[in-house]
Amino acid sequence: MILEIKDITKSFGGVVAINDTTFHINKNEIYGLIGPNGAGKTTMFNIITGNYKPNSGKVILDGKDITNKKNYNIVKYGIARTFQNIRLFSSMSVKENILIGLQNAANYTYIESIFRLPRFFSQEKKIAKRADEIIEFLNLTEYKDELATSLSYGIQRKVEIARAIATNPKLLLLDEPAAGMNPNETHDLAQLLFQIRDKFDITILLIEHDMKFVNHLCDRVMVLDYGKTIFEGHIEDAIKDEEVIKAYLGDFKHA
Amino acid sequence: MAKLNKNFIIYLLISIAFICISPYVFEDYGMRILNNIFIFIILAVSYNLINGITGQLSLEPNGFVAIGAYVTALALLSEDMKWELFQLEDPSPWVLGLNLDLIPALLLSGVVASAVAFVLAVPVFRVRGDYLAIVTLGFGFIIKVLAINSPEVTNGSIGLNEIPSVINVYWTGGIAIVTVILILNVVYSKYGRAMKAVRDDEDAASAIGIDTFKIKTLAFITSAFFEGIGGGLLAVLLTTISPDLFTFFLTFQLLIIIVLGGLGSMSGAIIGTVLVIGGSEWLRFLDSSMNIFGYVTDAHPGLRMVVFSLVLIIVMLFAREGIMGKKEFSDIFRKKK
Repeated sequence: MILEIKDITKSFGGVVAINDTTFHINKNEIYGLIGPNGAGKTTMFNIITGNYKPNSGKVILDGKDITNKKNYNIVKYGIARTFQNIRLFSSMSVKENILIGLQNAANYTYIESIFRLPRFFSQEKKIAKRADEIIEFLNLTEYKDELATSLSYGIQRKVEIARAIATNPKLLLLDEPAAGMNPNETHDLAQLLFQIRDKFDITILLIEHDMKFVNHLCDRVMVLDYGKTIFEGHIEDAIKDEEVIKAYLGDFKHA
Repeated sequence: MAKLNKNFIIYLLISIAFICISPYVFEDYGMRILNNIFIFIILAVSYNLINGITGQLSLEPNGFVAIGAYVTALALLSEDMKWELFQLEDPSPWVLGLNLDLIPALLLSGVVASAVAFVLAVPVFRVRGDYLAIVTLGFGFIIKVLAINSPEVTNGSIGLNEIPSVINVYWTGGIAIVTVILILNVVYSKYGRAMKAVRDDEDAASAIGIDTFKIKTLAFITSAFFEGIGGGLLAVLLTTISPDLFTFFLTFQLLIIIVLGGLGSMSGAIIGTVLVIGGSEWLRFLDSSMNIFGYVTDAHPGLRMVVFSLVLIIVMLFAREGIMGKKEFSDIFRKKK
């Protein structure tokens, strides 16, 4: 078990965004978080990554309680994320964006960088090599010196995933990775995510509305509606579940 | 980075050669402007680190420059001189005891300025954007008020004068070069990348594992350190300082320099300094009466600033991101693959 969510409740003023939710993700699993808009999926992401503090409940990563840790520390524990609307660093090239992800892997002090002491060079060389490996693995070599935000949407998504992988996470959170992609791109992305899971030994938690994509990719899913869990388990069972159909998938019979 | 090195060494050699021959080329007046330009390069480049690279609109450099100027001035003045100068109140004992050579005095200026910056960082970086500008603006005013109202340390509004003039262009030029190199070393390191990340998208930076508060504080302290040193050099160059010297106008001038040159470009900050400091001296002829093809105009004091402002407006219209944008010299000449 890599991630354990225990009785998480989060409310904003009077609105309960997440209501007493419990679930867990096994190692090397691809887990889907689905549900209608406003169901609390992104809120759940923000709680796991430390952007929001839950009112009650616990987030446990690999046996360690990370509930009230700051978001930049949570990255060090091994959680990385991408955003629903891609957020790359606009003034930087693809490679520099990925180097930002390797920030904590480069081990030298501020003073060492100011005076260009030997450790600066050896560490910079190390992370540059690692960045090139990640770039090559994701087939981004031809874009590596391009300004990240000048690239096409699909490539930018890949760069954002690459940047997240660079932080060497145990758990990767993807917020609607297939949004705005055509069926071909979606298919490639699914293949890529399988490869990433196997090569980097990563567990993936994703939010997605493309049910075909979820069906193809996810081992298990959880369906949220108004902050409540209405289903947890295999996707085949989810699409047959009465409540899920009513809340999210749409009921063709009564339409 | 290895790609940058060759070009960089060429620029370095040209700059050193220029500094070495400058005393034989320029006269006293020219040398004075040149010294001024070098000091402002130190100030502009370090200000650019917090404002351009890290993207925090802070308006405090006049405060740090003032701190640096006073520390260096007090350290260089001898005990006898201090007794003679301080007329409002007797100098406090630690002021009398402070007696250093130029280099330790400048370093002390830097250290004091960055210590103040560290204390200031805690409240300052709790706020972002416009609020940050207001808070830092207030800091500059506080320093000025403190300088006026602590006569036992600063000699109040009379200020300090007869500061020994122990620098020449080798000092200002040399320190300017060292400053530029050290700041570039910061920019082209993981810390510099993190600063740019904070500028581009603070939330994403924090989501990728960057302690944004720490990074902003580092940039702020570093910037304050060199502003303190620049302030010290300014005090020695002018030989007279008073609280009125370090008003918001100084900050404003630095802001013009880095915006004109291109926020986030160190080369831009250097070009901006030469244009603003050198240009405003060169345009001085506009203030006096002129003979244009036999037609003699009256003297129009202030015409210089009108023309200068026009030039600024034109540059900003045609080059929104400043002259250099975010590029450096070496980016321009690097071959594209």
